[in-house]
Amino acid sequence: MSQDVLVKAEKLTKKFNGLVAVDSIDFEIFKGESFGFLGPNGAGKTTTMKMVQSISPLTGGTLTLAGMDVTEQGRKIKAIVGVAPQEDNLDPDFTVLQNLMVYARYFDISKEKAKTKAEELIRFMQLEEKRDVIITSLSGGMRRRLILARALMNEPQILILDEPTTGLDPQARHLIWTKIRNLQKQGVTVILTTHYMDEAAQLCDRLIIMDHGKIIEKGRPADLVRAHVGEEVLEVLFSEEAMHCLKQYFPDARIDVVGDKIQVFANKPRGVLAKVLDKVSFKGALIRDSNLEDVFLKLAGRSLKD
Amino acid sequence: MSKITELFRVPKISYRVSKVWMRNKDVFMKTYKTNFLPSLLEPILYLVALGLGLGGFVEAIDGQPYINFIAPALVAVSMMYSSFYECTYATFVRMYFQKTFDAIIATPITIEEVITGEILWGATKSLINSSIVLGVIVAAGLVSSPLFLLILPVSFLVGLLFSAMGMCFTAISPNIDAFNYPGFLYITPMLLLSGTFFPLASMPEVLQIVTQIFFPLANAVTVTRALALGNIQMSILFNIAWMLIITPIFFVLAINLMKKRLIK
Ligand SMILES: Nc1ncnc2c1ncn2[C@@H]1O[C@H](COP(=O)(O)OP(=O)(O)O)[C@@H](O)[C@H]1O
Ligand SMILES: [Mg+2]
Repeated sequence: MSQDVLVKAEKLTKKFNGLVAVDSIDFEIFKGESFGFLGPNGAGKTTTMKMVQSISPLTGGTLTLAGMDVTEQGRKIKAIVGVAPQEDNLDPDFTVLQNLMVYARYFDISKEKAKTKAEELIRFMQLEEKRDVIITSLSGGMRRRLILARALMNEPQILILDEPTTGLDPQARHLIWTKIRNLQKQGVTVILTTHYMDEAAQLCDRLIIMDHGKIIEKGRPADLVRAHVGEEVLEVLFSEEAMHCLKQYFPDARIDVVGDKIQVFANKPRGVLAKVLDKVSFKGALIRDSNLEDVFLKLAGRSLKD
Repeated sequence: MSKITELFRVPKISYRVSKVWMRNKDVFMKTYKTNFLPSLLEPILYLVALGLGLGGFVEAIDGQPYINFIAPALVAVSMMYSSFYECTYATFVRMYFQKTFDAIIATPITIEEVITGEILWGATKSLINSSIVLGVIVAAGLVSSPLFLLILPVSFLVGLLFSAMGMCFTAISPNIDAFNYPGFLYITPMLLLSGTFFPLASMPEVLQIVTQIFFPLANAVTVTRALALGNIQMSILFNIAWMLIITPIFFVLAINLMKKRLIK
């Protein structure tokens, strides 16, 4: 199956004075997919997003969106991109509806069309009750939804979501995830950054893992997990005997100590770890599905939250 | 060398500046009722305190009672204050605290257009506020020439100039408190020494020239007073010409400095 490449980056680089924030990265994003940038704070995710939306000049490399060069066609690119930035920059002087209307005007959208679209998005984001309320009284989750609605006002071909749920409570997060999935079903191309591995696993078809401005791994979330850490992890409370015992049972496995836990990445098919537990009982033993965080830990040797 | 030319590179701008201007106008319209009263009361206070109070001890200047002398100057002062403060404190709040400019440049509007829109809005504030003061002094019978109507376009020019100057400070201010420096070291001396409360002519000639070069308010006061009192001399052409020359310089400088600050 051949797919349309919508975003293409080659040797994309960004330096701030001496600091290399994005270090010669390559990636391709296809039309209609959800593409994630996973990485800890300071990895270079936001910097990459700003170059993609053509508001931050490249230090090196090339970057095209829908065949247009970000350096030359900024205005046209910004017209087809919708952005929900990491930093809340809603207009505090306006109501929910006015925020959307004023934003639409920046895109040359006619008043009538903007009104229809704004009403539709207010409904979609479940903000009807706050429609005419000055936004300073909105909760964090509502503001995020409004930012998302605003990003959709110009009916973008590419939607950029920079840490869409950072700082939200679980309920608010799940509501945002539902909305994003809805948009994915409608065929919107979504570019998402996050430092939450569950968010990346839930929402991304493909992703890259970034650290210190570099791509350290790329692929489908499930493939990455399977390839690097197997499907399951055995966790056991740390003790010398347990360690010794586990090393005998799993001579080939990667065994890490994280906090007061031993983690065994046996990279075996599902069920194999459980059989061991039938034979030996370990204190605090637990078998769980492996996840992207484990992948990151393996690759970068430190936690995503660092 | 190339750094200097970069600061004076003439920016490309489009009709989209109007959208930035309209955003500020929309916010203004939401609060103009609360803004209106102070703008109205302030000049009245000055007229009463300085014109009637102090004026009782002051001789007529150029055949004008003191209150008629300072009234047009108050109009010019309001041009300066409204535009300079709009493009310093108010712009800084939008740029730094509200991140409004970040939101706008994510749309097809460029940073050059954002800053131009802001400066045009600052000039509009000058027009609005000085019109209120002008209304007060006309109503008080302190204006003696129909030429006063020309003060309106002058207020826009003066507003552009002070907006652009303010914007240059905004572009280099590390924080909002830093505006105290241009405020105390430049705006306040300018307020006191620009022929506002006493005639420029009472200063030594060298100082008069220096003042008119470095204090744009001196030019604004001279022109406004001439138009209000119908006392037109050829020299006001120089005042207008000087403002017309330095305004675009500060305008372009403001845009490039802001671009340097905001585009990283
Ligand atoms: N405007 C800037 N000036 C200087 N350094 C910056 C700037 N923006 C980001 N950085 C630096 O670049 C690196 C990457 O930042 P960022 O892209 O925000 O990371 P992320 O979004 O992954 O948390 C960090 O070290 C950050 O401090
Ligand atoms: Mg970020």
